[in-house]
Amino acid sequence: MALLETHDIYAGYGGMNILNGVKMSIEQDEIGVIVGPNGAGKSTTLKAIFGLLNISEGSITLRGDDITNNAPDALVRKGMAFVPQEHNVFVSLSVEENLEMGAFTRKDDYSYMLERVYSFFPDLKDKRRQPAGELSGGQRQMVAMGRALMVEPSLLLLDEPTAGLSPLYMNEIFERVIAVNESGVGVLMVEQNAKQALRIAHKGFVLAAGQNRYTDTGANLLADPEVAKSFLGG
Amino acid sequence: MNELIFFINFVLISGAVIGSIYAIGAIGVTLIFGILRFAHFAHADMMTMGTFIVLILTALFPAVGPAIGLPTAFVMMPVAMAATAVIAIGLDKAFYKPLRDNNVKPVVMVMASVGVTLMLQGLIRFFAGTGTQSLYIDDRKSIFSFNLSDASESIVVTEPQILLFLFTIFAVVALHIFLNRTRLGKAMRAMSDNPDLARVSGINTNTVVGVTWVIAGALACAAGTLLSLDVTLKPDLSFMILLPIFAAAIVGGVGHPYGALVGGFVVGFAETLAVFNWAILLRPLETAFGWDLPADLSFVPTEYKITIPFFILVAILVWRPTGILKGKVL
Repeated sequence: MALLETHDIYAGYGGMNILNGVKMSIEQDEIGVIVGPNGAGKSTTLKAIFGLLNISEGSITLRGDDITNNAPDALVRKGMAFVPQEHNVFVSLSVEENLEMGAFTRKDDYSYMLERVYSFFPDLKDKRRQPAGELSGGQRQMVAMGRALMVEPSLLLLDEPTAGLSPLYMNEIFERVIAVNESGVGVLMVEQNAKQALRIAHKGFVLAAGQNRYTDTGANLLADPEVAKSFLGG
Repeated sequence: MNELIFFINFVLISGAVIGSIYAIGAIGVTLIFGILRFAHFAHADMMTMGTFIVLILTALFPAVGPAIGLPTAFVMMPVAMAATAVIAIGLDKAFYKPLRDNNVKPVVMVMASVGVTLMLQGLIRFFAGTGTQSLYIDDRKSIFSFNLSDASESIVVTEPQILLFLFTIFAVVALHIFLNRTRLGKAMRAMSDNPDLARVSGINTNTVVGVTWVIAGALACAAGTLLSLDVTLKPDLSFMILLPIFAAAIVGGVGHPYGALVGGFVVGFAETLAVFNWAILLRPLETAFGWDLPADLSFVPTEYKITIPFFILVAILVWRPTGILKGKVL
């Protein structure tokens, strides 16, 4: 059974639909990447999945359970975690406090998860007492991902994790995404750096005007001249 | 020597007393602002209401205090703090939560809190009248005086003032530990930092809001009670100090509890320094420098004391709008 499935979802703001039937499916061991032009509904899709936006039609299932329009904290308890694109760290809290906040819904001892996050992102361990607001953009992104991993999610949603980062950091973030995925976390992410992202994607979804334009493996999408011409800048 | 003792009594001790009261009040205001993003004008009347609960409890069990050697009202204060915390949550559920659920602008919340303050004022006067009451029913206020060797005047501290200082220290330390060491305290700081991310992280924002009202309500009750123990209880007692409390919160940096503490003492000492008759302290130098000092040499007459927080507020907003410590987060 697929980890996450969206069945033709429609969603938008103030009665205006931005998503017009988005169809996706991710397995537990997969990285899914959503690409597409600005305004295609990429981030909106993630927000709709994470209950931040009302879905008017269609449904979403997590391992077959209907989770359509569930509230974010309920979804966190069901094993989903979301990293927003902007303002994704608590700037006045220390790195470690940021991670602890990710584990807020957990009642058990999660200290082993702190160690695991520090092993994914060794840079953060030295800076654990520093306010997250003092870190660089790339390190903040690591804090944000680390915070999301604290609940040991089965599915991680990432909204443009490499936006505004230097190519060096971009590669590092992608490497970490692969490592996280190999540890057994399904990943669904939105990316502007489409070519690089599709290279690590098991599945790619090209959205345009709130609908799937192409859905295939990352490699096939990269190889498709039509996709390359229209969506990947040649 | 007597001049110095006047200074200690009327500036240092008075300033520390009123500064502590402002600080405890301002911490509540600043926490509510940090979490709920609106200026809670009903805070002063929440103080008065809490104090009246103390008065009722003191009248019901007047013998408790003398039995343990503390003022009865002080012994009853923790019970009343709990009651005020419950009422604060009730007020939130009844008046502020419905507005919050409809995503109203902060100014609507502020106006709602003005409405709540008027309602509380009416209720307090309806049940307790408009007269002055004393929280000392069956016990007497102890006064400690300390004599310095070559002075005829003595340094005077009262028992409620000492209790106030001790409570202020206790409250600040407890709040510090709560905000920095506990899961809920950290969640409070997180929510004040970034409410959207707090929600996305799975933090139960309703719980955080509830805890905020519990702390603010309990501290309001304590501030009102400790002030009334020092002077007397009047229905408008706390309302009269609403402005300095807001000044203290803004001076320190809104949303910043340590800022509120600093701001409380800045406003408190500014008031006592401004109304102090400096002629008393300078008189010994009169002959040495050939001055002719007037009888009253204070910056502001006592009856215009309320202008001090106004002035500080304007000065801060002009020169350092974010407050002494940078405001907006806990």
